[in-house]
Amino acid sequence: MSNIHVNATVNGDEVGFLCDPRETLLDCLRDKLSLTGAKEGCGTGDCGACSVKLSGRLVCSCLVLGAEVEGQEIETIEGMSRDENLHPLQEKFIEYAALQCGICTPGILVATKALLEKNPDPTETEVRYWLAGNLCRCTGYDKIIRAILDTAADMREAS
Amino acid sequence: MALDDQNKSNFKFVGTRPKRPDGIDKVTGRAKFGADSYAAGMLHGAIVRSPHAHARIKSIDTSEAEALKGVKAVVTRADFSKDIKFTSGKDSEDWNVLENVMADDRVLYDGHALAAIAATSALIARDAVKLVKVEYEILPHVTDVDEAMAVGAPVIRKGAPDKSVPPGLHENVVSYYESGHGDVEVGFQEADLIIENSFKTEATHQGYIEPHACLASLGSDGKGELWCTTQGHFKFQKVCAALLGLETSQLRVTASEIGGGFGGKTTVFIEPVALALSRKTNRPVKIVMSRTEVFRATGPTASTSMDIKIGMKKDGTITAGQGTFRLQGGAFPGAPGGMTAMCAFAPYALKNVHQIGYSVMSNRPKQAAYRAPGSPMAAFAVESVIDALCKKLDLDPIEVRLKNASRKGTKASYGPTFEEIGLVECLEAAKSHSHYKAPLKAGQGRGISCGFWFNFGGETAVSLALSEDGTVQISVGTPDIGGSRASIALMAAEELGIPYDHIRCTVADTATLGYNEVSHGSRVTYATGLATIKAARDAIRKLCKRAAEKWGIPEEAVKWEDGHAIPSGPNAGDFEPLSLKSITEKMGKTGGPIVGHFEATPEGAGVSFATHIVDAEVDPETGKTQILRYTVIQDAGKAIHPSYVEGQFQGGAAQGIGWALNEEYIYGSDGRLQNAGFLDYRIPLASDLPMIDTVIVEVPNPGHPYGVRGVGETSICPPLAAIANAVSQAAGVRLTELPMSPPRILAALKAE
Repeated sequence: MSNIHVNATVNGDEVGFLCDPRETLLDCLRDKLSLTGAKEGCGTGDCGACSVKLSGRLVCSCLVLGAEVEGQEIETIEGMSRDENLHPLQEKFIEYAALQCGICTPGILVATKALLEKNPDPTETEVRYWLAGNLCRCTGYDKIIRAILDTAADMREAS
Repeated sequence: MALDDQNKSNFKFVGTRPKRPDGIDKVTGRAKFGADSYAAGMLHGAIVRSPHAHARIKSIDTSEAEALKGVKAVVTRADFSKDIKFTSGKDSEDWNVLENVMADDRVLYDGHALAAIAATSALIARDAVKLVKVEYEILPHVTDVDEAMAVGAPVIRKGAPDKSVPPGLHENVVSYYESGHGDVEVGFQEADLIIENSFKTEATHQGYIEPHACLASLGSDGKGELWCTTQGHFKFQKVCAALLGLETSQLRVTASEIGGGFGGKTTVFIEPVALALSRKTNRPVKIVMSRTEVFRATGPTASTSMDIKIGMKKDGTITAGQGTFRLQGGAFPGAPGGMTAMCAFAPYALKNVHQIGYSVMSNRPKQAAYRAPGSPMAAFAVESVIDALCKKLDLDPIEVRLKNASRKGTKASYGPTFEEIGLVECLEAAKSHSHYKAPLKAGQGRGISCGFWFNFGGETAVSLALSEDGTVQISVGTPDIGGSRASIALMAAEELGIPYDHIRCTVADTATLGYNEVSHGSRVTYATGLATIKAARDAIRKLCKRAAEKWGIPEEAVKWEDGHAIPSGPNAGDFEPLSLKSITEKMGKTGGPIVGHFEATPEGAGVSFATHIVDAEVDPETGKTQILRYTVIQDAGKAIHPSYVEGQFQGGAAQGIGWALNEEYIYGSDGRLQNAGFLDYRIPLASDLPMIDTVIVEVPNPGHPYGVRGVGETSICPPLAAIANAVSQAAGVRLTELPMSPPRILAALKAE
């Protein structure tokens, strides 16, 4: 099967890569573009560790084919802080010990940033349901939810 | 006791909550996990697995796969060491692991590996797997523990039982354990009420989000490099070397960041296979498991069948306890029948107690450790019966547990005498907690349970090197599975008297340090922490020596205080304190580099107890259970970094909630696993859970300089029982099988 040439924008940078028609966006980000922040926890869209934004929409990159992203804009965890300062969510996750092993953290941060862009003042229940597609096996979610609610409050105050 | 070994109690750094050293790497995606490593010229490996629960391999034809463009090598059992021989029981663990990693002439469970392929891409490797033709002769199989012990059950492996097994039992019973004291028959005669019940729990998976992954490179000269996600790279080095017939020291293993383990990454699965493929192709080979492979072929916990009998007086005194625990551990020896039995009655000071544990084989994947192996199931059975007794006798469940609680000096149900332990303190904290007094609505129930785990020390080596600028690099050999680099740096800061930020703790590779046992048994903060403290004290001795030489006074006349060498008293002389930095910046000229180190097998791990309180609501229409409120109370001995101690408490409780309500291995009558994915094997979601409150109890462990007890495992011991007790109250019917899934609860309600 011949490979497909794809051009896209990742975290603001123009990129091009060749992919097999069966390779997922996640495969392409990791294996072609060396962006290994998105993780494959399941490959079936159940765990959310591969969450990225695709032209403004939060998706599991394991459920998108690489060939589909021609001309689209992709945002990954690697683009969350583009200078020496961390995003407030990143800061707060460290401060609150909202991660243990850290494998789900990139996906949860990408998903949460997308939530706060849509809804800067979510309730605890809204955060919990928004993150129902992002599995964490270490923390029991408690510190994650607290970190998010607190970040959202800080960001509202700052804006 | 030497001054050196006394519990310290005034802390400057320990007990604070600084940022973890790997925090930025983990929130930016930079942290390198198992699958995040790539090498020039790398091939991709994929594994051929059995679709049958039990079958003889008549032939394997790899010719078509090998002919596929891009395929570089195929390996089978013939490519591994032939020096490893089968013997009975766990004595032949290398053989068991080899047989699990690559089947010989029989496949023993759905998912059992039998061949592997290396190709130029992961897609080609996967395509080639489908081209391998295997001819099977299907054999009878068994997956249930009671059926596997019954007359006529297919024998998984002849000669597997060890010497502990009494005659007359089925050959699938591979190990037998029995202990106790007093006379339970006399005890039962003294009881006002005896309750006897049987319980079953299904196998659950550790469910780490990161699948097993590795990158291996091995030459025909026997020198190799292995990068992998593991809880113990030194063990992986040893086992991989044995399975491939290498010299241990010629294989260097580096642990990646680990994306969850919970016991499941203490054993090799794909690493020896990647090494074999690499040796055959002279190229690096990467293998990453799919989630389906993780479920089908890596260690779930044991499933169980248990019988419990407990006698109680009207005042709540337990007069006798008896338990039989049958643990199904897959197609290999090793199910924790003994440990389950040992943990069962450990929270209680019983005059008469007797327990039996069976380890049983079946046609399922080889069980692996999962957070306090065996203890959660034992607690589910025992604490359910205690709850039923309390209900029948109209007694407060915490008062009854306090009345019978193990304390310092209690002869434990499994033999030894307890030193300082914190169970009474946990129960008292539970009794006075606002949660315990909060009102419940109709249809809701409150459950409580105690839990126990031994904790562990194990072989440990730590090296602590001082830099000229007065900063410190610590090398440890225990992969960081829950923030341990932060707690280790805190302990070093405490000893050395320098800021936490001036210390960097690294998980060193196998070429850098002496042997370190796996990160298991809740041992890292205890044992690596102890070794770090001792290594720091070794460095301090060397620092004081340099100061003594400078001042021209004896070494004994110098002591270390708050980051400085100072004269030990007025007689020692009058000298300006020397900071750590002022000594290290001249160390090249005053005797050379200063490195502290410590190697030992610490044996004072200190057991740990917990009490959990949980409120649950059961929907009688759907059978669905909602956890409304959850409180974990546990003795940590001394919490080094309280945030990560709380994290362990919360994480264990959440995994217990999944185990109690949803998670189970579902086998069809064909012996195939039917739910090998996160959609059908449902671990708790954020939307399933409430906040999980924590109370850290601190009863110092006399076996650690700061009093640390392991905290990682005990937190999963009480939830199964606590939730079962809450659900049983809410539903009005006693649930005796896990998981308490909606269909099972509906069936119980209907039967009522």
